[in-house]
Amino acid sequence: MKILLFLLEKEFRQILRNKQMIPLLLIAPVIQLVLLPLAANYTIKNISIAVVDNDHSTFSRELISKITASGYFRLTGYTAFYNEALSLVEQNKADLALQIPVNFERNLVRENSAKVFIAINAIEGTKANLGGAYLASIISDFNSDIRINWPAAPAASDPPQVAVISSYWYNPFMDYNLYIVPAILVTLVTAMAALQSAFNIVQEKENGTIEQINVTPIKKHIFILGKLIPFMVLGIILFTLGLFIAWLLYGIVPAGSLLTLYGSLIIYLFAMLGFGLLISTYSSTQQQAMSLAFFFILIFNMMSGMFNSVDSMPQWAQTIVQTFPTSHFIKIMRMVVLKGSGFSDILYEIGAMFVIGLILNTWAVLNYRKTTG
Amino acid sequence: MQPVIITDKLTKHFGNFIAANELTFEVDKGEIFGFLGANGAGKTTAMRMLCGLLTPSSGKATIAGFDVYKETEKIKRKIGYMSQKFSLYDDLTVSENIRFYSGIYGMNNQQIRTKTAELLDELQLQSEAKTLVRELPLGWKQKLAFSVSIAHDPDIVFLDEPTGGVDPVTRRQFWDLIYHAADKGVTIFVTTHYMDEAEYCNRVSIMVDGVIAALDSPSNLKKQYATDNMEDVFYELARKAKRKAD
Repeated sequence: MKILLFLLEKEFRQILRNKQMIPLLLIAPVIQLVLLPLAANYTIKNISIAVVDNDHSTFSRELISKITASGYFRLTGYTAFYNEALSLVEQNKADLALQIPVNFERNLVRENSAKVFIAINAIEGTKANLGGAYLASIISDFNSDIRINWPAAPAASDPPQVAVISSYWYNPFMDYNLYIVPAILVTLVTAMAALQSAFNIVQEKENGTIEQINVTPIKKHIFILGKLIPFMVLGIILFTLGLFIAWLLYGIVPAGSLLTLYGSLIIYLFAMLGFGLLISTYSSTQQQAMSLAFFFILIFNMMSGMFNSVDSMPQWAQTIVQTFPTSHFIKIMRMVVLKGSGFSDILYEIGAMFVIGLILNTWAVLNYRKTTG
Repeated sequence: MQPVIITDKLTKHFGNFIAANELTFEVDKGEIFGFLGANGAGKTTAMRMLCGLLTPSSGKATIAGFDVYKETEKIKRKIGYMSQKFSLYDDLTVSENIRFYSGIYGMNNQQIRTKTAELLDELQLQSEAKTLVRELPLGWKQKLAFSVSIAHDPDIVFLDEPTGGVDPVTRRQFWDLIYHAADKGVTIFVTTHYMDEAEYCNRVSIMVDGVIAALDSPSNLKKQYATDNMEDVFYELARKAKRKAD
């Protein structure tokens, strides 16, 4: 125990003396939290739309103005010919073409139904998909609007309608910042924990000081603990800073308890530091450690549901993702920050992270040899 | 005299390569034992086995009464070690290094304070106590590294080419430190390429191609090879080597 204190004292002195570490620790979260949400925003604006209006009626004009007024669409073509609109799509001047057929208004009034036709350029998948969905919802909105305002609605002939009204719980406005910022916080801590802990031990190998440690009677787990605790503390500081910036910039305040959040953070750091330590036991130069760590961190970050849903991956991929501590922590973050989940809701994720952490750390301690064969 | 290092046919091979072959020797308490040999002769391998950093392939050895196979951690309490590669933390100050290394050997704050004052005094580094080690000249670093390696009062200290790249005056001062430690009863096990340093040893062994080719006091060796300097003795033995130096 006393020996651990000497180790910690030394590590903290070195960290505080490292001129790169502290600015990195302070500036990285600010930059990442300012920039990354911009890149990871799925709200699509400025979708170009070409309208083929074959009806030229009040209703057709109303529909068009409703579409352009939504703020998502930009009218880049207004023509009477479908082919012309299609060629705009082909020239990339329009993402969508909407055709309002002849007699749109008449059919709507007389037969109580009318068809419109939407052609979507599917090259930019997300844009086309979301654009189509937006347009469909605007049209259905338009549909119900005119029903309400119908001056002489023939009540008897009006078929009963079932409308699906979706509401987004926990993130009612589908604010992507709310969705992405907790995940960015996770990646921030991930990189720090895994890389710094790996580099730190490998640096001792490169400098030859590890050999000096190996001839002392110091216990292996004490030495590893002496490396783990300082980076645990740094991780907590970094996370706190990130949380503060998330509140400052995006007004995100965790809905759940901070105790739950920090409890999970500590277990997550335990797992990721174990991962970093394990990498260090397999690398003899910082370059090796860097390549190894980046390989895994990239996969952890991309596959853990930061941008996309893990649930939509094939089953075998989901099974692999289960072994990534990052996937569990991103889930926890979203649950606790957005939904206000408590410990009992995230027991599975916490348990999984703890088991993974235990395996990684044990592996690291076993693989770290004071005496080579 | 009670021998503190006893080896019997201690051998280490890496695959087919026999780095150290059936080393058998004893070193007495308080002795300055020179461990000579050309580059690649197997000195470092032998030393790493004795320190508990490397498990031998076969043979027996005890260090301060402890077995090199089963009791490496007990050995580590009894020895100091200074490697070829500079082994202090250069982003810590002189006194922080002394404090850290003394601390992990289990010394308490009071003992560390006394030890630090004593070492700084002996090295005349009082004015540099708060200097980062990276800012010290190499010779000073080496002297400091030696003093730190014996700060926890070990029975034996292993020095692997401690004076490599150091100027003659500083080397001389370094050997004063070694004598001082030996006077206090610390056994010194030292490898070197400097033949004048070999002369300072009580006994020297010369390794050629993984085996000990000669082991005696410098004066006996000179007599045996009918020469007046260790340089000739070393050259006579080392040139028989078949193994390529690295």
